[in-house]
Amino acid sequence: MAVPLAFFALFFAWPVAAIVGRGLRADGAWQLGRLTQVLGDPDITHVLWFTTWQALASTALTLVIALPGAYVFARLDFPGKQFLRAVVTVPFVLPTVVVGSAFLALLGRGGLLDQLWGLRLDTTVWAILLAHVFFNYAVVVRTVGGLWSQLDPRQEEAARVLGASRWTAWRTVTLPALGPAVAAAALMVFLFTFTSFGVVQILGGPTFSTLEVEIYRQTAELLDLPTAAVLTIAQFAAVGAVLAVHAWTVRRRESTLKLVDPAHTARRPRGAAQRTLLASVLAVVALLILLPVGVLIERSLDTPGGYGFGYYRALQDAGDNGSFLVAPIEAIGNSLQYALAATAIALVVGGLAAAALARRGSGRLMRGFDALLMLPLGVSAVTVGFGFLITLDEPPLDLRTSWILVPLAQALVGTPFVVRIMLPVLRAVDQRLREAAAVLGASPLRVWREVDLPLVRRALLVAAGFAFAVSLGEFGATVFIARPDHPTLPVAVARLLGRAGDLNYGQAMALSTILMVVCAVALLVLERLRTDRSGEL
Amino acid sequence: MRSTTRLAAASLAAALGLATLAACGGSDGKKASGTSGSGGRTVTLVSHDSFAASDPVLKAFTAQSGYTVKVLKSGDAGAALNQEILTKGSPRGDVFFGVDNTLLSRALDNGIFTPYEAKGLDRVPAEDQLDKDKRRVTPIDTGDICVNYDKKYFADKKLSPPQSFDDLIKPEYKNLLVTENVATSSPGLGFMLGSVAKYGDAGWQDYWKKLKANGVKVDDGWEQAYNTDFSGSAGGKKAKGDRPLVVSYASSPPAEVIYADPKPAEAPTGVATGTCFRQIEFAGLLKGAKNEAGGKALLDFLISKKFQEDMPLQMFVDPVAKDASVPPEFTKFGAKITNSATVAPDKIAKNRDQWVKSWSSLVLK
Repeated sequence: MAVPLAFFALFFAWPVAAIVGRGLRADGAWQLGRLTQVLGDPDITHVLWFTTWQALASTALTLVIALPGAYVFARLDFPGKQFLRAVVTVPFVLPTVVVGSAFLALLGRGGLLDQLWGLRLDTTVWAILLAHVFFNYAVVVRTVGGLWSQLDPRQEEAARVLGASRWTAWRTVTLPALGPAVAAAALMVFLFTFTSFGVVQILGGPTFSTLEVEIYRQTAELLDLPTAAVLTIAQFAAVGAVLAVHAWTVRRRESTLKLVDPAHTARRPRGAAQRTLLASVLAVVALLILLPVGVLIERSLDTPGGYGFGYYRALQDAGDNGSFLVAPIEAIGNSLQYALAATAIALVVGGLAAAALARRGSGRLMRGFDALLMLPLGVSAVTVGFGFLITLDEPPLDLRTSWILVPLAQALVGTPFVVRIMLPVLRAVDQRLREAAAVLGASPLRVWREVDLPLVRRALLVAAGFAFAVSLGEFGATVFIARPDHPTLPVAVARLLGRAGDLNYGQAMALSTILMVVCAVALLVLERLRTDRSGEL
Repeated sequence: MRSTTRLAAASLAAALGLATLAACGGSDGKKASGTSGSGGRTVTLVSHDSFAASDPVLKAFTAQSGYTVKVLKSGDAGAALNQEILTKGSPRGDVFFGVDNTLLSRALDNGIFTPYEAKGLDRVPAEDQLDKDKRRVTPIDTGDICVNYDKKYFADKKLSPPQSFDDLIKPEYKNLLVTENVATSSPGLGFMLGSVAKYGDAGWQDYWKKLKANGVKVDDGWEQAYNTDFSGSAGGKKAKGDRPLVVSYASSPPAEVIYADPKPAEAPTGVATGTCFRQIEFAGLLKGAKNEAGGKALLDFLISKKFQEDMPLQMFVDPVAKDASVPPEFTKFGAKITNSATVAPDKIAKNRDQWVKSWSSLVLK
């Protein structure tokens, strides 16, 4: 409890409060008049309105498209399942400018839809919504699917034996058990789309703007800190409201569940209905995720002399490419190190927080703490980054030029995932097991190791996978603090895209492809870890 | 519970320790990567993401002055400068490079620089020395923001490419130009300022009305405009871009040649030389710098012939020093710009927000 609190106070609350305070105080007095002034601006109201409705629409669309996927990945066995589960998480790490360009290739002029039906979706809100589904599909599949695969199917079967229809059995047995996980997934998708930055900028063109884009502009471009501060507070308020609704709807539903080994819950598809469902989910994954990813891979191989690995080979020399002090390929090592460190921090901080919340999760104070842990997802990277600059500037905490700032910033975004994924599972653990162990003389550590850990190992790995993927792809905060001799993959891609020329563009595509592969491999390894040890469950 | 907390603290420490090891393990062989050299042998240069210098040139500086340069890049030009303004008095480095004439007044008004007259400044033309009296900043490079065109498109259509601002609003160039959002992109801003310089306070908005009527497309950033929508760039070709005119830099055509393999005999893109806006980039010694002596030496070095001649192929900008020669690729594939537009920095500072606002409501809505 103390560790997560200290972590958030030091690396989140303090920097954000400092930068907002800097914006709202002038000559030693609070300038609260700015609040009404900025919020009364019709341009800002329009931004607020657009931000909210596109986030709601994106969340709804993501749930509709991805929930069948969650079921299929949790309950059906099919060849290549593990691989596909890793692949759907790949979008998470992709730099938005790269994805934007892939989506334009499919949805824009001369794109696939254009050629087939003469349909163009670029600069419409549909492109934004579809890209949001692309990015967040994995959130639903992994958070909901993770729990779903551990629910004992025999409970539903029992209900059916007792005469309930398939639908009634699902609605009364499975749905309530899944409730918290669905709510958690929806919440995360909402927060991600509410604070969407790159997707909206690229696919929406300059006419669509979210609060996040506006905060970035006001802070980083215009240095209008008062306006940025007001917008940050507005974003805070909106996120706070969502978290409150979430806490209110979820509180009653989290209950002790019987969790079983996921290896025994999945079956080969039976019957026409299941086979159709599987086929349609696979079709959605192919169209929505594999196709854009395929476009990027194709471009990375499309050299002037025909298809080949020329751009990949070029990544190895730092020589004549001055944007790097090291070869771009070294960015892979940097990214992995940063992401590992960030994952370790996120697991420790988030795991402890989730454990504390699960144990004494009913008090009002604890609910407040629960909400606090989600806030980093709802606060813009530039606010946090600029906050770091003005707070962590004195020894021993002059971390502004230290490498540790990168994993710290990344862990800030990874931790909420860890908490949200761990919490439903930890709450589902029967408290009586822990009490029994304690009565028998086990220390709290031993209780955790013998009771909780075996039951939550899978959730822990899912959480680690997310934290890792988020850290690997994090760009907003990293770009301000990554040192030039240690660029991360997304930073390196952005630098390559920032220059004219065939070789730079090709290398950017090659490096993005490598980023995808690294992510997919890392996630596969994590999945593998789980199956190796599943016998212990 | 208490023992859990202690365990947690220990494991957090362990995680951090592990991470430290991991990071150190990766940086073996690069000895200057830590914060070592606190004894004043390191000089830190803070810059934007586009800063680049070749390794031999940085080593030459070390050999000649005894200082090792540590570079810290922090976002695009606007963001990098704003971070310096925020950390005024407690800067992260000694020298800041990358404030251009569109941002100069903001930097100077906020007083983030200590005056210093760099050695060899007499080799820099007077018109580039925008803070001549107070010497708070030193000009380092110049560049031109110009409309680029896709040579193949205009050859195929047997249409001559546009040359001037006036040409761009002619019917034969309808729906051909893509530019960047003035509020979020520095080439976008430069192009708008060029129109202000050309048509004046009274006429530039009218010009943009005509440009909009002529089908100008606006993207949010240079990357998307150039790499996706512009049909002449390598990326745009792959993305099937359909705009043969884009707002970019005068140095983009040489870049298209240098970063091509095999190298073409001629650049695939050209520059509309009558559409250019002149950018001058400056560096300055940061107030509160821990290593002032090193910072001064670095400023001297930045306008030395050696650094100036390295710069063009690293950052695709032109040197300011008169005695520095430009690489042959620049003269062969680039365009000679003689009549760039400019707007005085204090005029930009005074009107910038209003201009951006007017432009947004005029063009984006």
